[in-house]
Amino acid sequence: MTNNFVFETDMAAKKIYISREFNAPVEKVWRAWTEPTLLEKWIAPKPWRAETRTWDFSIGGVWLYAMVGTEGQRHWVYAEFTAIKNEEAISTTGKFCDGEGNPLANGPASYRDTKFLNIDGNRTKVDQVILFEEESTIKMFAEGGFKQGTEASLGNLDELLEMDRV
Amino acid sequence: MRRDVFQAVADPTRRAILTLLIVQAMTPNALAEHFDSSRQAVSKHIKILTECEVVTQKQTGREIYYHVVPEKMKEIDIWMEQFRKMWEDRFNQLDNLLEEL
Repeated sequence: MTNNFVFETDMAAKKIYISREFNAPVEKVWRAWTEPTLLEKWIAPKPWRAETRTWDFSIGGVWLYAMVGTEGQRHWVYAEFTAIKNEEAISTTGKFCDGEGNPLANGPASYRDTKFLNIDGNRTKVDQVILFEEESTIKMFAEGGFKQGTEASLGNLDELLEMDRV
Repeated sequence: MRRDVFQAVADPTRRAILTLLIVQAMTPNALAEHFDSSRQAVSKHIKILTECEVVTQKQTGREIYYHVVPEKMKEIDIWMEQFRKMWEDRFNQLDNLLEEL
């Protein structure tokens, strides 16, 4: 079954659009997106793992977690909830953190809107739009995500190679 | 200061310059005519683009022409592809989790 994965970047608009369908009802997808113990199971691309330090799922509340690498290196990810509509939508503001996980007061922010759409009662479509502030766009890409992206790809390449051997 | 392809496209004027140069190579004068900002400001951006190695200059007769370096621009696509892959991996992990819930 196709999952209709879409990943579109619009550099000029400083925007990324990500969409995906899941073979589960919206209640389950919502849980996987809003319970930290479940989030930790999928949010970190291998070989990274996610470790939540702060979780407050309310308007103005914060989810602070670390992407922990195989050698113990940490990338902190900070998201403040700015809108929550149960089983429908979540908005967050992302900020850069220092090495200790403290958000940088004057650092650039990113804004993320995630929508959960019910398809026929047992499937769910998730639409996500991430907007970056001018300066943060490229910095976030080049410094934050780059290492994660690269290492994730390599980790999964290993996995693919393993599978080939079987 | 960092000089790479990401720095090159981090600014709207530089993106506009690149868009013009992708269509055709241009002289500094021709390029500056497309912008309201001062010639100095435009040439500062061109300098950064050159340092980022996304733009190169070639002498043709008495004129200097700026050209885009397409191989360098491709680095952005490569990086985007990695970012895309990261999300794909996450979502595959989420598929597995949803089966267990």
